[in-house]
Amino acid sequence: MPRADHAPAITACTVTSALGVGCAAHREALAAGRGGLRPNDFTRTPLACWIGRVAGLEDVSLPPPLARFDSRTHRLAWRALHADGFDAAVAAARARHGPARIACVLGTSTSSIGATEEAYTRLRQGRMPDDLRRREIHHPHALAAFVSAALQLDGPALTVSTACSSSAKVFAAGARLLRHGLADAVLVGGADSLCGSTLFGFNALELIAPEPCRPFDRARRGLSIGEGAGFALLERAAAASHAPRLLGCGESSDAHHLSAPHPQGLGARLAITAALTAAGLTPRDVDYLNLHGTASPQNDAVEATLVGALFPRALRASSSKGATGHTLGAAGIIEAVITLLALEHGLVPGTHGCRDPEPAIAAQLALAPESRPLRVALSASFGFGGSNACLAFARAEAA
Amino acid sequence: MSAVPAVGVRGIGVWTPAAPSWPALQALLAGIAPEPEMAPSARILAAGERRRAPLSVRLAVEVAAQAVQASGLAAATLPTVFASAYGDSTITDELARTLASAPTQVSPTRFTHSVLNAAAGHWSMAVGCHAASSAVCAGESTFAAGLLEATLQVVDSGHPLLFVASDIATIGALVDVAPAALSFACALVLAPASDPAPRLRLRTRSAIARESLPRQLQAAAWYKQNPCARSLTLLEALARGTPSRLRLALAPALTLDIEIEA
Repeated sequence: MPRADHAPAITACTVTSALGVGCAAHREALAAGRGGLRPNDFTRTPLACWIGRVAGLEDVSLPPPLARFDSRTHRLAWRALHADGFDAAVAAARARHGPARIACVLGTSTSSIGATEEAYTRLRQGRMPDDLRRREIHHPHALAAFVSAALQLDGPALTVSTACSSSAKVFAAGARLLRHGLADAVLVGGADSLCGSTLFGFNALELIAPEPCRPFDRARRGLSIGEGAGFALLERAAAASHAPRLLGCGESSDAHHLSAPHPQGLGARLAITAALTAAGLTPRDVDYLNLHGTASPQNDAVEATLVGALFPRALRASSSKGATGHTLGAAGIIEAVITLLALEHGLVPGTHGCRDPEPAIAAQLALAPESRPLRVALSASFGFGGSNACLAFARAEAA
Repeated sequence: MSAVPAVGVRGIGVWTPAAPSWPALQALLAGIAPEPEMAPSARILAAGERRRAPLSVRLAVEVAAQAVQASGLAAATLPTVFASAYGDSTITDELARTLASAPTQVSPTRFTHSVLNAAAGHWSMAVGCHAASSAVCAGESTFAAGLLEATLQVVDSGHPLLFVASDIATIGALVDVAPAALSFACALVLAPASDPAPRLRLRTRSAIARESLPRQLQAAAWYKQNPCARSLTLLEALARGTPSRLRLALAPALTLDIEIEA
């Protein structure tokens, strides 16, 4: 059975995406099979696609001491941190352990690059305008620096930026910090906001669907890009016997192509089997798998074949990206929290947008939400550069 | 204070404008005149990949190849941690310019190389490595935070690992906000501690760091011109080959103490 004594507890978590702000909004939307995508109203230059946009970020304002961090991504992170009482849970952990004993490990793909893009539309003699010439926002570690400052955390701070596996891999790094005594609690998570780079970048790769994305549907036409943020607090399990556990993490590299998956899913298989091994599980122990499921023709074909072959037909699996859009560097944490919600509430989310599933995974794929007890669940994330990660979670009593 | 078990340094790679290898940097630190500048060769990449790869990737894989060769270990077996404070700022500059003028003209190749793990991906393909790879950063503390992450992975797994820290010189409007005046890269193959390799012992301490600067003038100048050049104090100590201690800022209120056991 799993190595429960080594498995960190997730003592708090929160999620914000196009489905709403906080865990309750996500649980309700997932249970109702409701999606959050809408026609692209974000880019100034028209781009015919659907997006997962978090409403109202334009109206969020950061408090004056944090004003120099202002950006869409940091407003998104700020909003997410204040949902589900997450900031209060971190404050309580800070009081318990001391600020220097809480690490902050966050994943992001583009950080606040939207602010860099805006600055380049207003260059004056080759320099950024005064209001955007701020060192706090134009680099990939900006998010973790902002969150550490906002929550007054003085422990180790690290950004993982491995494209779409970024905020899954933070769980592995966070667990290592706990295991080796560098911290007593680790804030993990991540955020990515909508920006021109990813919308027009994926458009240039011809990976954007003109319609709402349809993961694992045989007629899928590509991705819908979304934005979102999520956070979780990892602590040693001894102090939180009823909290869900992170049983294990698996990481691997495709070593195949920068922007296309390995055709036989070699790296994905290595990551999933590594997570199972670390967790002391076999494929038949897994009740639910949150798939990467981007709705790109290649990813879903490879993933369907792999999952169909690796897991028994009794497995329940689904992709959340039809509901949230692909939130890129935030996908790992958003889907980790959705997986934790699935375990907590016995809720198998459906695969929004999929009507005619790939045959290889049809038996396992939940199209509509299902209600059933779940004890052990995985979340898989595969990224550009061939960077793969898989997380294994369990309810406390199953750990 | 938290201590991490010691790890051994099995191989070192370096590229600076005037010292394109670890032996060249050792010579420069010993007072021998610098070499003329030469671009990182990145010969480990296939010719087609080398042509497509941006400078940030060529720089990182160049030092990675040097360190792995020095270690005598098989590259395909080594997990990797690639650290870079700013990624490829040349691509960021070009993408932002294109998005400001003609967003639908974004180059798919440039976009693909804009991810911070582009070098990690190229390296894994070049050497056929399926082990875990990561791409990390921590602003001005990128080298220190990356070294801690890499060291923890070695201690956790009991396996050797390749750690690379690199940043290219910033251009365009990014100069003001993501400053790096020169390109710099170094790589360390780290392994569970064993003789006779030099060993590093890391400790974290709750204090604002008074960072240790390199003694040699050229190294001390570079130190301030690239986030990853903060590694130069450590490289200088490894070149001296005598036991020493140094300090780096790990976070605004956290110090990383590094003890070098020669």
